Amino acid sequence: MIGAVPLSYYLLLSAILFTIGAGGVLIRRNAIIILMCVEMMMNAVNLTFVAFSSYLDSATGQIFVFMVMVVAAVEVAVGLALLVELNRHKEAVNIDEFNSLKG
Amino acid sequence: MELTIFIIVAVLSVVSALGVIFNKNVVYSALFLLVNFLTIAVFYLMLNAQFLGMVQILVYAGAIVVLILFVVMLLGEQLGEDISSWVTPANGVIIVLALILLTIIGTAVTDYPTTGAKGDFTPELIQEYGQAEMIGVTLFTDYLLSVQLAGVLLLVGIVGVIWLARNDEQLPATGDVPTKEA
Amino acid sequence: MIGNWQSVIDKQRMTNLIWLVIALPLAGALFNGIFGRRVGYQVVAKVAPTMVFLAFLIGLGGAFETYARHGKAQLVTLWTWAEIGELNIPISFLVDPLSMTMVLVITGVGFLIHIYATDYMVHHHHGETHPDRDFARFFTFLNLFIASMLVLVLGDNYLMMFIGWELVGACSYLLIGFWHDRGDDPQPAIEIEGGEAVQVAPLLSPAASGMKAFVVNRIGDVGFALGVFLIWTTFGTLQFDQLFSRIASSAEMYRESALHGEFTVISMIALLLFIGAMGKSAQIPLYVWLPDAMAGPTPVSALIHAATMVTAGIYMIVRSNIIYTSAPNVSFLVAMVGALTAFFAATIALVQVDLKRVLAYSTVSQLGYMFMAVGVGAYTAGMFHLVTHAFFKACLFLGAGSVMHALGDVIDIRRMGGLRKKMPHTAMTFYLGGLALAGFPLTAGFFSKDEILAKTFEYSPMLWGIGIVTAGMTAFYTFRAIFLAFEGEPRDQELYDHAHENRLAVTAPLWILAVLAIFGGLLGLPAPLLHGVGIDIPHAMENWLHPVIQQVGHHEVHHLPFITELALFLISGFLGVASIGLAYYFYIVDRSIPQNLARSTHPIFALLVNKYYIDELYNTVFVKPALTLSNTMSRGIDQTLIDGIVDGSAYGIAELGKYLSQLQNGFISRYALATFIGVLFLVGYFFLGGQFPNWIY
Repeated sequence: MIGAVPLSYYLLLSAILFTIGAGGVLIRRNAIIILMCVEMMMNAVNLTFVAFSSYLDSATGQIFVFMVMVVAAVEVAVGLALLVELNRHKEAVNIDEFNSLKG
Repeated sequence: MELTIFIIVAVLSVVSALGVIFNKNVVYSALFLLVNFLTIAVFYLMLNAQFLGMVQILVYAGAIVVLILFVVMLLGEQLGEDISSWVTPANGVIIVLALILLTIIGTAVTDYPTTGAKGDFTPELIQEYGQAEMIGVTLFTDYLLSVQLAGVLLLVGIVGVIWLARNDEQLPATGDVPTKEA
Repeated sequence: MIGNWQSVIDKQRMTNLIWLVIALPLAGALFNGIFGRRVGYQVVAKVAPTMVFLAFLIGLGGAFETYARHGKAQLVTLWTWAEIGELNIPISFLVDPLSMTMVLVITGVGFLIHIYATDYMVHHHHGETHPDRDFARFFTFLNLFIASMLVLVLGDNYLMMFIGWELVGACSYLLIGFWHDRGDDPQPAIEIEGGEAVQVAPLLSPAASGMKAFVVNRIGDVGFALGVFLIWTTFGTLQFDQLFSRIASSAEMYRESALHGEFTVISMIALLLFIGAMGKSAQIPLYVWLPDAMAGPTPVSALIHAATMVTAGIYMIVRSNIIYTSAPNVSFLVAMVGALTAFFAATIALVQVDLKRVLAYSTVSQLGYMFMAVGVGAYTAGMFHLVTHAFFKACLFLGAGSVMHALGDVIDIRRMGGLRKKMPHTAMTFYLGGLALAGFPLTAGFFSKDEILAKTFEYSPMLWGIGIVTAGMTAFYTFRAIFLAFEGEPRDQELYDHAHENRLAVTAPLWILAVLAIFGGLLGLPAPLLHGVGIDIPHAMENWLHPVIQQVGHHEVHHLPFITELALFLISGFLGVASIGLAYYFYIVDRSIPQNLARSTHPIFALLVNKYYIDELYNTVFVKPALTLSNTMSRGIDQTLIDGIVDGSAYGIAELGKYLSQLQNGFISRYALATFIGVLFLVGYFFLGGQFPNWIY
């Protein structure tokens, strides 16, 4: 079963997904979408970890994915809470509205 | 066969990823994200990481996407910016940069074969002991400290979110000691 | 009974306690410096003199013990101060006749001057007493000075001497500038009947005078420091006993080569040390600071700028006598400089109208005598004159201060006159001090000066000639000042009416010093002369200092023939009396003579009044170019170039920051884009096979 798909295919796929995520972060202004894109980037990375883990017979990659998931969960929770809070103050989710932290 | 499935799912994955971005409606974006997460879970299964695949579905598809959808509903901001507003020179530059990044990574992964010492997390052992058990043992022995740290991180996240989400008007202001009127 | 006494001496109690001589005034300085303002001036006025008196008592004990062990030097080591490789500097004190002599002079005269100052620094007006607002500060510095001066004379190596040397310089600076908020003091021109008035340069402000003293002393101190370095590099030790024994072993050789016109390393050391002495002891060409140092309070002038600090150079040379004996060429230079200074300063003193300046130039002149003495190898005579000079010059300065105090800080003798009736004690003691300074027969100054002149005659009749002329001038200008101040009619009736005799705290030290000025000569009766007339009284000072002075070679001590001695004795005695008589004739009998003289020799008179324009010369040649250079450096190099670079870089960074801060525009997407581009570069670098150079890791 393994070996039918070369490792580089997975890596290429995760690279594509990562790039799409990064592009999304940069293009979109909606904070929720940006959060989603960040999640997507993390997933792309996770896919790399798992692919390596599988091809190298190592558990470390999978453990790492767990940790990333924890971080992602916390990130989403805090990020969304922040968004809700910001929305209370400014009635907006467009990140360009929040630019008061400028030099 | 494998490759066919991979290509189909990969195309689905990429399309759903693009769908997340190039969509005016946030709810649709969230749903595309869900599809994307599910395709990732499929890859996990194909990579012989079934346990992780299930966790992926539970955590990402089950919890995170639901949370996002929940917030979208709560804020009532379903519509993003106009699609026409995306066509800007800046975005063009970004897309070019993204393509460059992709080219670089793609060149790297295809030109440099991956090599490395094989570990002991082999399919045979997994067959023998079960994947969940092996990952659990590894987590709670070799990576105990990481688990603890992850726990602390979750706790901090919980506390932070609670603090952020509290309603100031209903709580008594901290440090506000009632004084007797003279 | 005698045996017990002997055992007490043998235990060397006082000698071992010699550190207290320094510690006590230092403790006084600390106490007055820290608590002086709080405890009130009366406490300060008791603490400060008490400390010096206790130090004097210990010094007396130390001197007595030194005498009891026949002048054998005793080292009192406290601790090792520094030990770096071969360099070993112990904090230890040398108790020998020379250091004890200096200790007694410093603490003895210092004590009297402290007593005097407790009243001098208090102003009496209409029955009210106002202590000077910095009364405590004054006594802090004065006590500190005593301690520093004692470090200078008690240290048993050149480094401690140098430290004392610098410390007294600092104290001198602090005390000259004591009234730092006073400005320049313009002086009225000297009117000459029927002639053109001579302008007098204004007196420098105390702050400027202090600075002048400090800077001029620095020049000398550089020489001194270089001398100390040279001693270290040549002989590898700064300890007196080791160093002198090393030099003594080849002193004859050094002496011979120096006599054959070679400039040996010893000569170099001697010369460098002498440059230090020139600064500290106000010799040509570095004497210019001392007259201006009179801007300080009078007790300071008496203690530091007459009796003790300025004699540090003499002490240093007497202490290093073996070095100077081994370098006869430099010794000759010392004698020449001394003689010239003595003559030169005396001529200036002839016409000064400021009582303290007369005394200041007289101090310079008398220091010249001392240098002449040590230059011709008469170290004992130099020390003898140092001691007697301390007595009579302190007496005279304190007398001048007493007059100043009575007249409300007026020191111009043109406004005095007839003060003897108002201030009998001051006048009487001033007369006695003046007699000693003038070398009136049988006073202390007569014996010491006569001894110097006799030794100089032995060495070189030419120097003797300069000396004897100077002696005449000394007597003349001293009594000119005395007659103008204390005799005749009051020239400023208002001042005269307000004048009054001072209190006991002022007059008692005056009397004690006056008595010492008269009878101090007993320390050094002219033994050869007395021997010639059949009286055998030894020269006390010479016997006492004998262990300190090292003989080089074994040239027999040949005294002048008795008749020559007697002739010199009579000449100098006669000259002193005659000059006093001349002054009497000029300033009491016929006041028109000096006026006529000044008119007829107007250019010379103006030259003398303006001190040969040396200050102006130094200003033009050294001070102005230095200031110009400093200004150029400060404005041109420092402010423009260095500050330009420094300020410019700061300004540039600020400007850059202003532009860069626009990048932080608050738009998260821009930040993300920047991050993305950065990542792009890193990823590209790593993935495309690049590697960072090694230094990154």
